[in-house]
Amino acid sequence: MEKVLLKNIENPNSHRIDEYINTGGYRSLQKALKEMKPEEILEEVKKSGLRGRGGAGFPTGMKWDFASRDPKFPKYLLCNADEGEPGTFKDRPILERNPHLLIEGMVISAYTLKTERGYIYLRGEYPYAKVVLEEAIKEAYEKGYLGDNILGTGFSFHLSVHQGAGAYICGEETALIESIEGKRGQPRIKPPFPVNVGAWGMPTVVNNVETLANIPYIVEISGEEYSKIGSPDCPGPKLYSVSCCVKQPGVYELPMGTSLKEIIYTHAGGIRDDRPLKAVIPGGISTPVLTPDKIECPMDFINLPKYGSMLGSGAVMVFDDRVCMVKVCWRAVKFFEHESCGKCTPCREGTGWMKNILERIESGRGRKGDIELLQDVSKSIQGKTFCPLGDGAAGVVLSFVRNFTEEFEYHIENHKCMVAES
Amino acid sequence: MVELEKEIKEIVERYPDRRAALLPSLYVAQKHYGWLSQDAYEAVAETLNLPKATVKGVATFYAMYKHKPMGRHLIQLCTNVACMVMGAERLIDLLKDRYGIEPGGTTEDGRFSLVIMECIGACDRAPAMLVNTDFHHSLNENNIFEILENYK
Repeated sequence: MEKVLLKNIENPNSHRIDEYINTGGYRSLQKALKEMKPEEILEEVKKSGLRGRGGAGFPTGMKWDFASRDPKFPKYLLCNADEGEPGTFKDRPILERNPHLLIEGMVISAYTLKTERGYIYLRGEYPYAKVVLEEAIKEAYEKGYLGDNILGTGFSFHLSVHQGAGAYICGEETALIESIEGKRGQPRIKPPFPVNVGAWGMPTVVNNVETLANIPYIVEISGEEYSKIGSPDCPGPKLYSVSCCVKQPGVYELPMGTSLKEIIYTHAGGIRDDRPLKAVIPGGISTPVLTPDKIECPMDFINLPKYGSMLGSGAVMVFDDRVCMVKVCWRAVKFFEHESCGKCTPCREGTGWMKNILERIESGRGRKGDIELLQDVSKSIQGKTFCPLGDGAAGVVLSFVRNFTEEFEYHIENHKCMVAES
Repeated sequence: MVELEKEIKEIVERYPDRRAALLPSLYVAQKHYGWLSQDAYEAVAETLNLPKATVKGVATFYAMYKHKPMGRHLIQLCTNVACMVMGAERLIDLLKDRYGIEPGGTTEDGRFSLVIMECIGACDRAPAMLVNTDFHHSLNENNIFEILENYK
């Protein structure tokens, strides 16, 4: 498959506007603004079947449609570049190596949504991406792809980078909006949804970097052609970030629905030192862990739930037989406890409880009944929080305990790790 | 001070609402003062015409604002799952041995501060760290000191 999202990134000048234009960049923007009406682009995006790449997989065309129907003005377009899900580094090559693809996608999206103001909410941990993006935005203004009266069409769009400050929760869209408004990043209750009441109370579309980076290609080849790539129900190219115990970790652009097995063994080169595969987290740390018998699973929004997990951000974390599952689970929960925003009691207190229980099991001080206690706390969080952080934490703990019960029991009974012994 | 005010006022122009400039303004103040001291909070609060409590309440929510003075160089080491599996915990021990520094602490000579990060998006090249705004990856017990020796 020809690369769409990571096109030309090996070129040392891929982030510069001249190089981008020389390789076909900003042609979709010309086509969209000069030859198409906003309604026509919306129709193409709907036909494409594109689903949001941030993790939830919501149909992009539908989200845009909701926002377009709201008569309030102004509207805002926010790019979610707060890539904080541990294991995920897929947006980074777009931000650092292909920033004009994102800008082009944002201008076309803004034109479709009749929005004149956009922000890229960039995580604070990507200082280099900030430099690249700001330079790229400057270049785009100079060439007339951003600013007033773009390409003489009368359409104006202004864009700037808004730097986050190290809060994972701001990747959740309503927390992101709170944060950009200058508040603590705590999620809002939905409804109302941001498409109606978002930033500064106005209709707001929040899209992930990778989602927006797909838009120029949809305009180029048409929604119908795009819908033929990869999985029929959630098509398109997909970026998978593969990490931990594989020979060639990295970001791979593959058709949506490529099997976990192909990703691990063909693209990422298999398990380091040819050890046996023990477990895979398929979609970033807040998605349930899978056992090796599940690796035939196509990696998309439809199939992963059937195998007991979720696509999430497409961050594949691979563990071989030398990795202790209790320890991975503890570290994941320690993260959730640290990042819980504190708004909902079940999440704020529950993640702390789970961390403490896991810490004692991991360090050999586990007690009889701890596994049941973990399950009980998890179930007391599930479904009782505003945003998915608590649900994610609970689902992860339940999946680790269910799939690796023996390892948890061994820790508790023998006061030591099963893996360290072998 | 005049410079800080000028910078913050430029930031305000980008937003439909003054308060939206708060996060970027805190970064500006942190750069000017080295950390978010009482003076820094007051400067931001005054320039944006916001209550001091609001400014501090927001600042303390976010991990990347510093509420105490920092060393000359800030080591931000990731220990999340991928970095942990690839050996980040051992690096913390080594930093402690070599520089006598604990997570959250600063060396006596004020050269380094160490902060533990929650994933810096470099899991394919774990373990990884940021030193100030410089990104370093594929760390091990040897190269981490070679890298850090460049920060005097």
